[in-house]
Amino acid sequence: MVGSGPSPDVYFPEGGPGDPRLPPGGGSRRPRILGGDASERNVWIAVASTAIFFGVLAIIVVRSPGWPDVKQSFFNGQEFKESFPVILRKFVRNIQIFCIAEMLVLSLALFLAVLRSLPGPVFTPLRILSAAYTDLFRGLPTILVILLLGFGMPALNLQGIPNSDFFWAIVALTLVYSAYVAEVYRAGIQSVHPSQIAAARSLGLTRWQSMRHVVLPQAIRRVIPPLLNDFIGLQKDSALVYVLGVVEGLSQATIIQAGDFNFTPLVALSVIYVAITIPQARFVDRMIARDQRRRQAGATL
Amino acid sequence: MTESVRIDGLQKSFDDLEVLKGIDLVVQKHEVICLIGASGSGKSTLLRCIDLLEPIDAGRISIDGIDITARGTDQDAVRRRIGIVFQAFNLFPHMTVLQNVALAPVKVLKQSRERAAERSRELLERFGLADKADEYPDRLSGGQQQRVAIVRALAMDPDVLLLDEITSALDPELVAEVLDVIRELAAQGMTMVIATHEMAFARDVAHRVCFLDDGRILEEGPPDRIFSEPTNERTRRFLDRIIAAGRI
Repeated sequence: MVGSGPSPDVYFPEGGPGDPRLPPGGGSRRPRILGGDASERNVWIAVASTAIFFGVLAIIVVRSPGWPDVKQSFFNGQEFKESFPVILRKFVRNIQIFCIAEMLVLSLALFLAVLRSLPGPVFTPLRILSAAYTDLFRGLPTILVILLLGFGMPALNLQGIPNSDFFWAIVALTLVYSAYVAEVYRAGIQSVHPSQIAAARSLGLTRWQSMRHVVLPQAIRRVIPPLLNDFIGLQKDSALVYVLGVVEGLSQATIIQAGDFNFTPLVALSVIYVAITIPQARFVDRMIARDQRRRQAGATL
Repeated sequence: MTESVRIDGLQKSFDDLEVLKGIDLVVQKHEVICLIGASGSGKSTLLRCIDLLEPIDAGRISIDGIDITARGTDQDAVRRRIGIVFQAFNLFPHMTVLQNVALAPVKVLKQSRERAAERSRELLERFGLADKADEYPDRLSGGQQQRVAIVRALAMDPDVLLLDEITSALDPELVAEVLDVIRELAAQGMTMVIATHEMAFARDVAHRVCFLDDGRILEEGPPDRIFSEPTNERTRRFLDRIIAAGRI
């Protein structure tokens, strides 16, 4: 009869559609730190156990024999107050470095990932190139790439290429992180079900149009959290460029540390790093949640 | 009558598995053909080959007398003229219903955004989906999603519409609304090739029924004859099983 359901032997055609209800954007919810349902009683239990845990930890640290010395040389309030603003001012250089590098990474990595996702035998050389690039720069320690480019390229004395250490620091970080981010993009591209491509091609869209309008938007949305992880890594690695003598946060912190015989400036720099990375993680959580809501509320063309 | 689709000696294998072992089929303009047969008999593969979604191993497929499997054919141009609706809908989850429908007219037919949106809304309206235009697909029922998929294919004004078990992934109570759309299209003279397990629907809507078994068309003819007096032993056994399962 019309209206009788799918036969028990419903099958999915060869290489064709799989699960009819593919997850749309990776169903990400905000992680619940409290665990379980946050009833009032559970909140109190969580607060109490947290207080006890960290209380005991603090007591162990503070009562250790070396604590007074450590406090003096790492958590010196006066030293912190004096060094923090100086380091922060130099940290602007790090911000410039990683912001520029991130923008370059976004496009270079996407280019590499798309290159590697090209189908068919014709594109084999391009796929090999992209894979070789990724293998090379994922295999090299970031600090080596920074040293090699930062000292090597200016030494070539080539006409027209800049020899500022700032410039080569950005190039080195871009090259290394593009390799990681390209892999992230590629995982996203591969996570889009082939039936989506079949649907796009069946409408007459070209290979490239299918990639551009159907695959990439879904892929990029799915990889935003891992992408941000790599960006946080890049931001942290911006400290490595101090080996080139770029005046930035870490080099400033070590200068003060050496002058005052006190490690507190390094702690001050750590505070800056933590302060910029945590909000970014929260921001991505919010972005994912908003996307989820928008999808459920409906929107206009 | 003029020929719409002509298939000669079509063969297709996936690795060692021979799925189509020589299919000959002619579809006339405005004709509705239902492909029936067990799962794995090659119905879906046949449809995917016609839309050039799978490369074929041997044989020829022509549309309006032009060989579309010849070397150097502009495959994108061919797919533009053939619509296909999939079992699992395959809507684009990151686009609204309207964007799903208007995408190809804008990008492929180069219609202006406004014109494509206007026409898409008209089509959605015609199939009772006007109020869903700005929703995302995952907010729709399976039946509504499948109707959107049909509208998306129709927005390209295809010469032929291929339907690949479009009700198999639907809850029973949602099947009728989708089949009604197909009935309406048939009444308007749309040329269609339909792979289906809905025998009552096939009997009702098809001009001709083809029974596929193990990669071959074993029997074809008007639905009344196929369903009441099948000549082939395998067709008879297949239909007996369907009847035993209470599906006819």
